[in-house]
Amino acid sequence: MAIFEYAPAPESTDVVDIKPSYGLFINGEFVDGSGPTFKTINPATEESLAEISTATSDDVDRAVQAARKAFGVWSALPGAERAKYLFRIARIIQERARELAVLESLDNGKPIRESRDVDLPLVAAHFFYYAGWADKLEYAGFGTKPLGVAGQVIPWNFPLLMLAWKIAPALACGNTVVLKPAETTPLTALWFADICRQADLPPGVVNIVTGAGETGAAVVAHPDVNKVAFTGSTEVGRIIARTVAGTDKKLTLELGGKAANIVFEDAAIDQAVEGIVNGIFFNQGHVCCAGSRLLVQESIQDELLASLKRRLATLRVGDPLDKNTDVGAINSADQLAKIRELSEIGESEGALRWSPACELPERGFWFPPTIFTGVAQSHTIARDEIFGPVLSVLTFRTPAEAVEKANNTPYGLSAGIWTEKGSRILWMADKLRAGVVWANTFNKFDPASPFGGYKESGYGREGGLLGLEAYLDVRASAARLGGLS
Amino acid sequence: MTTSLADVAASGATLRAFLHGLPGVDRVGADQRAAMLGTRSIKTTAKAKAIDLAISMVDLTTLEGADTAGKVRAMCTKAVRPGGDAPKVAAVCVYPDLVAVAAEAVRGSGVKVASVATAFPSGRSSLEVKVTDTALAVAAGADEVDMVIDRGAFLSGDYMKVFEEIVAVKAACGEAHLKVILETGELATYDNVRRASWLAMLAGADFIKTSTGKVSPAATLPVTLIMLEAVRDFRDATGRQVGVKPAGGIRTTKDAIKNLVLVNETAGDDWLTPEWFRLGASSLLNDLLMQRQKLATGRYAGPDYFTLD
Repeated sequence: MAIFEYAPAPESTDVVDIKPSYGLFINGEFVDGSGPTFKTINPATEESLAEISTATSDDVDRAVQAARKAFGVWSALPGAERAKYLFRIARIIQERARELAVLESLDNGKPIRESRDVDLPLVAAHFFYYAGWADKLEYAGFGTKPLGVAGQVIPWNFPLLMLAWKIAPALACGNTVVLKPAETTPLTALWFADICRQADLPPGVVNIVTGAGETGAAVVAHPDVNKVAFTGSTEVGRIIARTVAGTDKKLTLELGGKAANIVFEDAAIDQAVEGIVNGIFFNQGHVCCAGSRLLVQESIQDELLASLKRRLATLRVGDPLDKNTDVGAINSADQLAKIRELSEIGESEGALRWSPACELPERGFWFPPTIFTGVAQSHTIARDEIFGPVLSVLTFRTPAEAVEKANNTPYGLSAGIWTEKGSRILWMADKLRAGVVWANTFNKFDPASPFGGYKESGYGREGGLLGLEAYLDVRASAARLGGLS
Repeated sequence: MTTSLADVAASGATLRAFLHGLPGVDRVGADQRAAMLGTRSIKTTAKAKAIDLAISMVDLTTLEGADTAGKVRAMCTKAVRPGGDAPKVAAVCVYPDLVAVAAEAVRGSGVKVASVATAFPSGRSSLEVKVTDTALAVAAGADEVDMVIDRGAFLSGDYMKVFEEIVAVKAACGEAHLKVILETGELATYDNVRRASWLAMLAGADFIKTSTGKVSPAATLPVTLIMLEAVRDFRDATGRQVGVKPAGGIRTTKDAIKNLVLVNETAGDDWLTPEWFRLGASSLLNDLLMQRQKLATGRYAGPDYFTLD
């Protein structure tokens, strides 16, 4: 028995009032969807939270038409006026942050500590950041002409944050939006629809359609959509790329990753251990840029692994609404099955599996923090994205070998370097083929910093100044400058 | 850590090489980790337990030029019986000339007497004076000696001088426990905090302590975190356990509990006793007592319901 056991500190769920069923948000109104309903469940308890509508292709068409109509009004507004709406939305998000954080944790399974301290502050920050750009587009260098209607499909790992990444720049640039949240996590997007009404956003500027893959496909394929933005799996990204190929739709894809977190022998070990933990166990490893491949210099392998295992023993796994929980529930039964399957493949291929002793709740979808040691580049778990709390540990001897191994992946979204040597950080960052390279930190996000991938991790950038490019008609601006006909 | 630690202090050069070979501390990461642990939510039974644990770890301290025997006696009375059914504190901490008064006042209670010796708080005197200061405190009945290191020598890179002073003072302590004050606010970098921690432990410290309380910043959470990592790693390397005492600036129950969370999640259970973790404080005790009563009754009493001493 430990001397100091923390008593449960559950966040109150009284702040959210979830209705039994929800429709779609089209042209500023909540309307019924034509398709069958489905349930969104709390992954920590498997209890149903609400019935959600499925948008058919007819519903999607109505949403796109509403967005098309609103585009005329919205794009004609001076940037400063659009900024006012965005600032208002950002402030309402801050005011309702607690409610949104609780809702996000209920629907997604992520710890309230993360939804409260990471997701919601970043969501508000993205709206504030792009609100600031709305009247300064001329200075960004991509012109000021919006594309039109943006069809956006987002994943379940950061439901509200991915919505913010998509909607904030789109609106700032003068586009209107039809967004489809993931079928397992639609609630915060529907709450956002309510926030749009609270902010008096003109009807049709933001439309939310719920449903599974077919609804998303209808959004992407709709002929009157000018821009498609997708975050999700590489597999679905390929299908979308095929659908969009040959049309004049603009496309950005944020896909999977298998990031290398590279620890050199001269690293600040205690902070590196924290960074490794944050890199792979943050949000249960449901992070496309998760540091799922630990590359550790052989000379410190034993020492580092001992520290890491000791640290993992203090990770608190369980009720996402407990303020002291570090690792919450796996988002869905399907995802849990996938994590289990890949972990079993890891074992069968000969990697050594380790998890700290931890009691998992009886109901809900749970997977303990897991480390595989003795992993080689040729192991499946070193190649395939697991998208769960599973770390593969590999070793290297020299900086050049670290670079080779880190780049030897079909993906290229992020990487981490841990060393006290500044010159090595610069040398490595230059050679790593990854969209984001963190030095002596990991999983840090900021609205001012562009994010995106190489190779199978997708193309285009979100966030920062470059994030505007994806929502502006760069060709029109070039033509205006006489650069292109 | 494979080379014998006995050889580390063979010369100034080996000592320097060892201390500079310790893993670095990344300031941003350490601050972040401490801040994260500061958000742990400690409620109900855990809070009640934490408050009593914190009270039992307090080194109730008075270190003023104006200290008198009367003031020290009053403080000692409170140390033994802080109020209600609250546990007694770990120790009282006074200047050397008041040790005899304190020792008399707490006799038989189990409360230890600690004394700041070695030309406290600056440490700017000869080794001879420091050793004599220590011997006087011990002779007067001190169970524990809190010594300050020579920060000037440390910052100028003369680690050997600091090492030898600690060894000499430790010898003068005899049976008394030696707490080595690093005065982390003057060491400037977290790397230095880690080096000074190891230096003190290698030289024989029983405890490492953050601050004198006379310099700001005193005991910050990241500094305590780094010292806890140091004692943890030192025990892994040598088998010898060393205690940690953050002191200065810890005034509220919240601060005290944050410290306990750091201990719990960094060094672990073995350090969660007054034998291995102390809180150096003067005004903290009343806040702990007030929060303790609030937990028991559901209401806050006014400050006049808690004694001044």
